[in-house]
Amino acid sequence: MSQHARSVSEQQFYLPSSGWWGNLRVIGLAVGVIAAAVSALLAAGNETQLYYSWLVAFLFFLSIGLGSLFFVLIHHASKAGWGIVVRRLAECTAACLPALLLLFVPVYLGRADLYHWTDAEAVAHDHVLQNKVAYLNVGGFVVRALVYFALWSFLALLFLRLSRRQDATADERLSRQMIRWSGPAILIFALTLTFASFDWIMSLDPHWYSTIFGVYFFAGSVVACFAFLSVITLTLQQAGCLRDVLTQEHFHDLGKLLFAFTVFWAYIAFSQFLLIWYGNLPEETSFFFGRLQGGWLAVSRLLAVGHFVIPFFFLMPRSVKRRRPLLLAGAAWMLLMHWLDLYWLVMPNLHGEGPRFSLLDLTCMLAVGGLFLAVLGTLLRSGALVPIRDPRLLESLSFENS
Amino acid sequence: MAVIDLLVPKLPDTEVYGALARFPTTRALYRACEQVRDAGYTRWDAHTPFPVHGLERAMGLPSSKLPYIVLATGLGGAALGFLLQTWVHTSAYPLVISGKPLLAWPAFIPVTFELGVLGAALGAVIGMLALNKLPMYYHPLFRSRAFERVTDDGFFISIEAWDPRFDLDKTVALLRASGAEEVEIIPGERSAVAGGGAEVEGGRG
Repeated sequence: MSQHARSVSEQQFYLPSSGWWGNLRVIGLAVGVIAAAVSALLAAGNETQLYYSWLVAFLFFLSIGLGSLFFVLIHHASKAGWGIVVRRLAECTAACLPALLLLFVPVYLGRADLYHWTDAEAVAHDHVLQNKVAYLNVGGFVVRALVYFALWSFLALLFLRLSRRQDATADERLSRQMIRWSGPAILIFALTLTFASFDWIMSLDPHWYSTIFGVYFFAGSVVACFAFLSVITLTLQQAGCLRDVLTQEHFHDLGKLLFAFTVFWAYIAFSQFLLIWYGNLPEETSFFFGRLQGGWLAVSRLLAVGHFVIPFFFLMPRSVKRRRPLLLAGAAWMLLMHWLDLYWLVMPNLHGEGPRFSLLDLTCMLAVGGLFLAVLGTLLRSGALVPIRDPRLLESLSFENS
Repeated sequence: MAVIDLLVPKLPDTEVYGALARFPTTRALYRACEQVRDAGYTRWDAHTPFPVHGLERAMGLPSSKLPYIVLATGLGGAALGFLLQTWVHTSAYPLVISGKPLLAWPAFIPVTFELGVLGAALGAVIGMLALNKLPMYYHPLFRSRAFERVTDDGFFISIEAWDPRFDLDKTVALLRASGAEEVEIIPGERSAVAGGGAEVEGGRG
C-alpha cells in the first residue's frame, strides 16, 4: 500500500554534531585555506596555469550550485511531491552561490591571462574583436558578473528563507508563494546562466561562438547537480542521517534524472558538434579543430564514451538506480566526467597541443571545493535537512514508483 | 483472414475457463492476492476499475520482460538506421555531399537516433500487446454478468483452469476462504455457445 506513514526519529532530520558531516565546515575551511595557500605558492612564476586551473574548479562548483538552484525551481514549478525530502539539500547547495562571488575574484584578477579580449593592444589589431567590444569589455564583464551573482543569490536565499520559515510556521501559503516565484525565477535563471557561460567560458576563445553553448553548460550543470545530490544523500545516510527518510524509491528517481540529463547533455553536445561540423565555417570549427587533434583527441573521445556511452548503459537498468552502492559509483563517475567536460572546455585555450595536468588542477579543486563545502556544511547545520513542516512531506516520505 | 487469425493469441480450448471471485475493497483484494500467491498459483490475474499501487507485489508478479524487448528493438532500429545509411552512401549510391567523406558518420546520427526511438516505441507497443496476449476478439470473463462491475466498483481475481494447481473445488474453496463476496465458474471456449456463468455462491447483499 502506498499511503502508509513511516516512523522516523527526529534526529535523522539534523546533521550529526560530530564526524565528517558534523565538522564539514571546519574540515572544508581548513582544506580550502591550505589548498589555496599551496596553490598561491605553486603558482609563483606560473600564474597563467593557476588562473586556468582556478577557473575550472570555480566552474565545477558553480555548476553544482546552479544545477541545484534549477532543481529547486523546477521542483516548485512542477509541484513535485516525490522530491520534497531532497529539496532542502538542493536549497542549501544553491545557497552556496553567494559565497562563490568571493571565489570569482581570482577569475577577475586573472582576466589578462584568461581573456585575450581584455588586451587593448590585441583588440586594436583584431577586426572581429573590435566589433565585439560593445559586449566584450572589462566594465561590462564585471557589471554582468555582479548582476548574475546578485540575481542568483537573491533567488537561492529567497527559496531557502521561505522554505525555512515554513519549518517554523508550517504555513502552507509559503508553498504557494514559492510556486508563484518559481516561474519568473526560471526565466531569470535561464538568461543569467546562458550569459554567464558566454562570459566566463565561451569568451576564452573570443573569435568563436556557439548559440547553443548556454544550453550545453546548463545540461552539464544539471548532471552535476543530480550526481552531487546522489553522492551527498548517500554519504549522509552512511553517517546515519535521513536513513528512514530517503528510500530506494527516492534514489531511483534521482538516478532516473541523472540518467535523463546525461542523455540530454549528449543530445546537446552532439547538436552543437553536428551543426558546426556540417556548416564547416572557419570561425565556428576552430573550437572542434583544436579539440580533435593532438592530445585533445583522446580527451574528446573519453568524454563521449565516459560522459555518455558508459553511463547510458550503466544507469539504464532499474536495479542499478535502486542499489545504493551502484548509484553512488555512477554518481561519483558523473562528477568526475563533469569535471573532465569543464577541463575540456577551458584548458585547450592554454595547452593547445594536448592536456598537461598540473598539480594546480588538484590544489585549486581542493581550495574551491573545500570552501564551497565549508559553506554547505554551515548551511546544513543551521537547520533541518528536510522541509519538516512542508504540507506534503508525508506524500514524499511514502512515495513509491508505480 | 487466416493470417490475422495467426496473430490473435488463443486461449486453451477447455470446458472451464476458470474461477472468478469478486472482492468488495482493494484491501480485501490485496489480502486475497497474497493468499492466492502463497498457494502457489501462477496462471491467474487481478482486475480492478483503477490502477492499484503495489498490487503487483501482493500478486508476486516477476518484473516485466518488456524493457529487454524495448532495448533490443531500440538498438536494432538504431543499427538498421546506421547500416542503411552506410550502405546507401558508400556502396549503393555514393555521392560526395558538401565535401564530406562518403562515410560521414556524424550526419548519420539523427536518422540513427530517430530509428532507434521508432524501434523502441514499436517494440514497446507490440511487445506490450504480445505479453498481454492481445489482440483478442473476446475473453471468456466477459461471459460473466458480475464481471461488469470491474469498470465500476468490483475487484476481481480470476484463476485459470490450466494452472497446474487448479482444482475446481479446492480453488473455489480458497477464493471463498480469502474473503470473496461471490465466486463464479466461467465456462471455457468449448462450452461457450450458450453463454452465462454458473453461480456457485450468491452475493451477500
